[in-house]
Amino acid sequence: MIFSVHVEVRLRPGIADPQGSTIERAMPTLGFSGVSGVRVGKSIRFEIDAADEASARAEAEDLCSRFLTNPVIEDAIVELEPAGVAS
Amino acid sequence: MSLRVGVVVFPGSNCEQDMLEAMRLVGGEPELLWHGDATVNGVDAVIVPGGFAHGDYLRPGAIARFSPVMSAVAEFAAAGGPVVGICNGFQVLTEAGLLPGALQKNAGLKFVCAPAQLRVETTNSVLTRAADKGAVLSIPINHFEGNYTCDAETLAQLRDEDRIVLRYVVNPNGSVDNIAGVCNEGRNVVGLMPHPERSTSELLGSTDGLPLLRSLLSV
Repeated sequence: MIFSVHVEVRLRPGIADPQGSTIERAMPTLGFSGVSGVRVGKSIRFEIDAADEASARAEAEDLCSRFLTNPVIEDAIVELEPAGVAS
Repeated sequence: MSLRVGVVVFPGSNCEQDMLEAMRLVGGEPELLWHGDATVNGVDAVIVPGGFAHGDYLRPGAIARFSPVMSAVAEFAAAGGPVVGICNGFQVLTEAGLLPGALQKNAGLKFVCAPAQLRVETTNSVLTRAADKGAVLSIPINHFEGNYTCDAETLAQLRDEDRIVLRYVVNPNGSVDNIAGVCNEGRNVVGLMPHPERSTSELLGSTDGLPLLRSLLSV
């Protein structure tokens, strides 16, 4: 069974985010004055062929911890659904 | 007999020729190690030089760590062999789990290319054993992602075990505790952001890289 996977890679809480803070500092110059807490991450999409949803999720999470994130500074949110379902 | 030093080449490495020159200058016998070969060719020491690796896609070093040569480097390091990662090489060694912590984008999002003043914090490492503790060395840095970070527990451990090898006198990139270089528990694997191979002649502005490179060759 094919599953569509969306991984959001985020900097862990407490890890400084130079990109996020630079974006945040630029906002007032465009007139956006009420925006705060900007954090920049990565969005990665792929498909996994697995027997069921639990094993697809286990594989995606293993992939995240060993390759797609650096656990020292990042964590990941994994979203997963059977392929073909509109998202 | 001079020591054989292997200098790893990834697609995108750009400091390996400078390192060959520098190693010859201090009396080593350097050779290149290709990333696709799962061997370190029986060398006495390994250097993972600076530049880029596999486009540094995903994160610097994230793809390079899966190169065949890296399993041989890990085996060599586990057996106590001296391994030094410089700049991108430091990033590769942290990604490979041979050194703790990670290197993030510089604070202020500035690429920094400038001479840095570094203090030798310990002489108990393969890169500083022939240097003087407390000496301040002028060695250039050249990076966008050299902001060393680790969790509080790891930092405490690095301090307690005297594993912070080099500190910046003035922090150029936001690194925690001014860290410029660290070593592993065995003290045979060292990573640093500055480029000692670029401080090997007065013509280059400094010879302060020489004691570090000589350390690697002093057994």
